[in-house]
Amino acid sequence: MKQSNLYQYILGLADNSLILGQRLGELCGHGPNLETDIACTNISLDLIGQTRSYYQYLAKMAGDTSEDAIAFMRLEREYRNVLLVEQPNTHFGYVIGRQFLFDVYHLQLLKELQQSSDEMLAAIAKKSIKEVSYHKRFSGDWVKRLGDGTEESNEKMQEAIDGLWRYTDELFQANEAETAMALEGVGADVTALKETYYKEVSAVLDEAMLKVPESKYFTHGGKKGIHSEHMGYLLADMQYMQRTYPDMKW
Amino acid sequence: MEKNWPLWEVFVRSKNGLEHRHFGSLHAADAEMALENARDVYTRRNEGVSIWVVESSHITASNPEHNGELFEPAQDKVYRHPTFYNLPDEVKHM
Repeated sequence: MKQSNLYQYILGLADNSLILGQRLGELCGHGPNLETDIACTNISLDLIGQTRSYYQYLAKMAGDTSEDAIAFMRLEREYRNVLLVEQPNTHFGYVIGRQFLFDVYHLQLLKELQQSSDEMLAAIAKKSIKEVSYHKRFSGDWVKRLGDGTEESNEKMQEAIDGLWRYTDELFQANEAETAMALEGVGADVTALKETYYKEVSAVLDEAMLKVPESKYFTHGGKKGIHSEHMGYLLADMQYMQRTYPDMKW
Repeated sequence: MEKNWPLWEVFVRSKNGLEHRHFGSLHAADAEMALENARDVYTRRNEGVSIWVVESSHITASNPEHNGELFEPAQDKVYRHPTFYNLPDEVKHM
């Protein structure tokens, strides 16, 4: 079951939300100010809520595991999230850049998933779409505010976009599970989203007085479990409690 | 550059049909951000259906030192309260 395309496909969707949620959660108490701190952790909670729906579905499907076990007890190579979402909170520009580059994709994807022939996936997509529309509005507004702000904020936002750009292509490189699920009408065809994605992202960057990176160098691997050097630290932090006190409750 | 963002007052309508009520204040760089912040700070637990934000500097407030001349004269004028009418039982919501 766990090797089936459906299982692996949903795992990919879920892991993206989990890892991005974890990254945003790291900002709890560390946001640039109280209001933005609450906003980022709010988005984090939205994402972790979505993750739970996916993991509960997977746990039911597999029968011999639980949502906590799926979330916390896997090894690094078994996580299927894209490299983009695991990138660190280098500075606020990176937090916003990562969020924006993911949100545009995420919303496109959920719109497609609403049509999924899998009723559960369609229902999760329908529920999540309102949350993610807001995420995109939040991150898009911030990209414009920082890009079209002061000289320093423009510089930092540009640095983040340039630094994260290489991870965007992976979103549209379908792995085996994605290709199979798209063919069956369960999943979305990510390759078809690419053109609109870059068009939409470029339009916002233009408006934000930011340059669209021209680099054609892209990094891939997350979807296959080959993660960047940041992932191990993230997991150590995230898994510590469950690994030390398995099945703990409070 | 201004180091602190301006203060905004937040008004939330908690249900259709009710008026917007003052919920609190927050900092934001512009009106859009104030709305988004208000949404996250004050309506996370389903508290509202509509939000107004206004920069605090646009509010003209009465001076507490003038409370005597402004409000005390009203205290001994009970006839301004419609408490002397007998309401029939059938009249609800008064």
